Amino acid sequence: MKIGQFFNSLLLREFVVGFALTMKYFFKPKATLNYPFEMGHRGPRFRGEHALRRYPNGEERCIACKLCEAICPAQAITIEAGPRRNDGTRRTTRYDIDMVKCIYCGMCQEACPVDAIVEGPNLEFSVETREELYYDKAKLLENGERWEREIARNIAKTAPYR
Amino acid sequence: MAKIIVDGVEVDVPAEYTLLQAAEAAGAEVPRFCYHERLSIAGNCRMCLVEVKGAPKPVASCAWGVRDCRPGPNGEPPEISTKSPTVKKAREGVMEFLLINHPLDCPICDQGGQCDLQDQAMAYGVDTSRYHENKRAVTDKYLGPLVKTSMNRCIHCTRCVRFTAEVAGVPDMGAIWRGEDMEITSYLEKALGSELQANIADLCPVGALTHKPEAFHFRPWELTKTDSVDVMDAVGSSIRVDSRGREVMRILPRVNESVNEEWITDKTRQIVDGLRLQRLDRPFVRENGRLRPASWQEAFATIAAKVKGTDAKKIGAIVGDLAAVEEMFALKLLMQSLDVTNVDARQDGTVLSPAYGRGSYLFNTTIPGIEDADAILIVGSNPRFEASLVNVRIRKRWRVAPPPIALIGENVDLTYPCEYLGAGADTLAELASGRHSFLEKLKGAERPLIIVGHGALARPDGLAILSAVAKLARDVNAVKDGWNGFSILHTAASRVGALDLGLVPGEGGLTAQQMASGGVEVLFNLGADEIDIAPGAFVIYQGTHGDRGAHRADVILPAATYTEKSGTYVNTEGRVQMANRAAFAPGEAREDWAILRALSEVLGHRLPFDSLNALRAKLYAAHPHFAAIDTVQPADGASAIQALAGIGGTPGRDAFVSPVKDFYLTNPIARASGVMAECSALARELKLEAAE
Repeated sequence: MKIGQFFNSLLLREFVVGFALTMKYFFKPKATLNYPFEMGHRGPRFRGEHALRRYPNGEERCIACKLCEAICPAQAITIEAGPRRNDGTRRTTRYDIDMVKCIYCGMCQEACPVDAIVEGPNLEFSVETREELYYDKAKLLENGERWEREIARNIAKTAPYR
Repeated sequence: MAKIIVDGVEVDVPAEYTLLQAAEAAGAEVPRFCYHERLSIAGNCRMCLVEVKGAPKPVASCAWGVRDCRPGPNGEPPEISTKSPTVKKAREGVMEFLLINHPLDCPICDQGGQCDLQDQAMAYGVDTSRYHENKRAVTDKYLGPLVKTSMNRCIHCTRCVRFTAEVAGVPDMGAIWRGEDMEITSYLEKALGSELQANIADLCPVGALTHKPEAFHFRPWELTKTDSVDVMDAVGSSIRVDSRGREVMRILPRVNESVNEEWITDKTRQIVDGLRLQRLDRPFVRENGRLRPASWQEAFATIAAKVKGTDAKKIGAIVGDLAAVEEMFALKLLMQSLDVTNVDARQDGTVLSPAYGRGSYLFNTTIPGIEDADAILIVGSNPRFEASLVNVRIRKRWRVAPPPIALIGENVDLTYPCEYLGAGADTLAELASGRHSFLEKLKGAERPLIIVGHGALARPDGLAILSAVAKLARDVNAVKDGWNGFSILHTAASRVGALDLGLVPGEGGLTAQQMASGGVEVLFNLGADEIDIAPGAFVIYQGTHGDRGAHRADVILPAATYTEKSGTYVNTEGRVQMANRAAFAPGEAREDWAILRALSEVLGHRLPFDSLNALRAKLYAAHPHFAAIDTVQPADGASAIQALAGIGGTPGRDAFVSPVKDFYLTNPIARASGVMAECSALARELKLEAAE
């Protein structure tokens, strides 16, 4: 037995080194997030749950141009349009997104000429049944109202690079 | 022929060609907005500029003839260039000017995706704008219920003005002011009074004029396109039916030089909403005076019980105006197997019959043939509303070199001047006896054309009138080698096909009128809605809409409209055409031939086919000319005219009245359509205004 080895064994060196490492990580700040109470960083271009936005005066932005429907590679968007009753402007009568089909590629928001359909920062929209993932216009507009502040901030942040 | 060099390629073209046509003949693409093959040349959009060798600046190729070009110094052919840097720069400049006042509202414009300006801006424009001032704003104009205007988008190509003035023949549109202030408008901002007005929205190269009823409902790229033919009148215009899913979204014209060129009537185009409204989507059986929904088995059992207890002499069948040849053939076979001779496809009571030969009921001259006629006599017809596209051809003939045109019947505005001779058969007799100067014009004509409408034929003395007209045609030598000027103008899409099949009463059989007024106990009604059936008979109605026929029915069998089945139609010329299925019938409704096939089994006389192809094979074996799609089998005119002239008889004294009382409401589909109802109300209003 070599002399170094003898002292290492006698003074429990490996144990001390291992314990020191344990202690080092014990006091180091944790990488683990306490989800759902904590969440990681999401960039301004994060593509989460869809939302239909309104203008600040409450008018819905979507003009039923159907470019999102045309570009959607998963064909998840279904739109029906017609003149609106009260003023005859071009509006959707139906705006459905099948969130099961959606691949979250973000082409719809790229195509939108009025920033109406956007993929917001929300990623927590898991549900218990499939049917709940068939979003209609009311649901999308509600999402827009709920997330408007974050969405507007994100769009403002990415605007210089567009 | 003249030689010309286009982009280094020498081509030989007729000298009267324009440079644009010559360039197209050489395979070069020239962008254009105002130029249209079927309209006069305006030369005001400047998009078609090309470079002519020797010319100081680019020239508008649509307005510059090949014969106007000078040859080179040593006699070389003139040379033009469509791809040179000068041309490119000129096009970019023109496009920039056009876009100065064109709003950038493509996302909300219905023309988006089918817009000439959009396409050509992509191909020939520049990608940025140097224009920072305010754009021009123009108030939208009211052009009636069919055409929606968005005048900010107008680029002043004047195609709409030229179409209404030249083809439709109603000078209702025009441009006021000039330069930047120019505006297209209708006379006194009134609705257009033409039955062809919706074509201006097709012609508009931008989104200034779009179709109002279909506003915002679809994008062109979503639609499935099916080539088909129209059944609203007997012209059989070529159409394209655009559908989305199960629903027909719009109907567009298809270019067919021998029938409709590239126009269709407003009724053909805008009955789309009629295809979904008022539809029969399940069988009904009348119980205690009320119709109640039933299953197919119940409906068939009710029919079978009734038919089995009835003598074949007391059973009858009438056929409506929209039936295809296939189901008429199936009905004919079914009635034959039941020994029924009371079969009639002439619900309006017309006297035409295959007994006098095929030439006795066809528009023998054919529609393109109208352009060769050098004297035209119209008897008992208002072609403007009975067959608008025939009228367009006559007008086209009149525009080239006005032939003498005369009219016997209602004194109506046919959009071209014509000599009004009188109202009824008296005038016809006067004309035939030479007491009228127009006879000399007919006799002097090389190729006289006599058009007989159903105003003269669908009446009890129709045969005598038809005979008198045939005599007249013989006297003026209207039928000779290479020319048959004796033409019957039909109003029902199914009629010629039915007459070809021989769907007329057999020996001892009753006519449609006799059957309807109580001659039979069981009446099979295949979509006849223009006839009143007297109470008493047990009526089986097979049709598509809850219209007059369905209200009088005891059993209703829901069927498919012309967009929901593949069917053969024969137009007034005898041209056999095929309509294709673009959508599916609603609910439990089925294709007509399949219903008849299923019914035949219940009645114990199974029809000998199980598929449409088997049916067609039988049909083509029995009547070979139905197999020749899109062609006219010419009929023997001379013998037909002899047979008709030999009938004789004395016509009555009543005036000829056109069978089309309201152009917009002639069949059950049109009567179900809200757009047509609106048009009809407006047309009545315009008529009242004009009468004041």
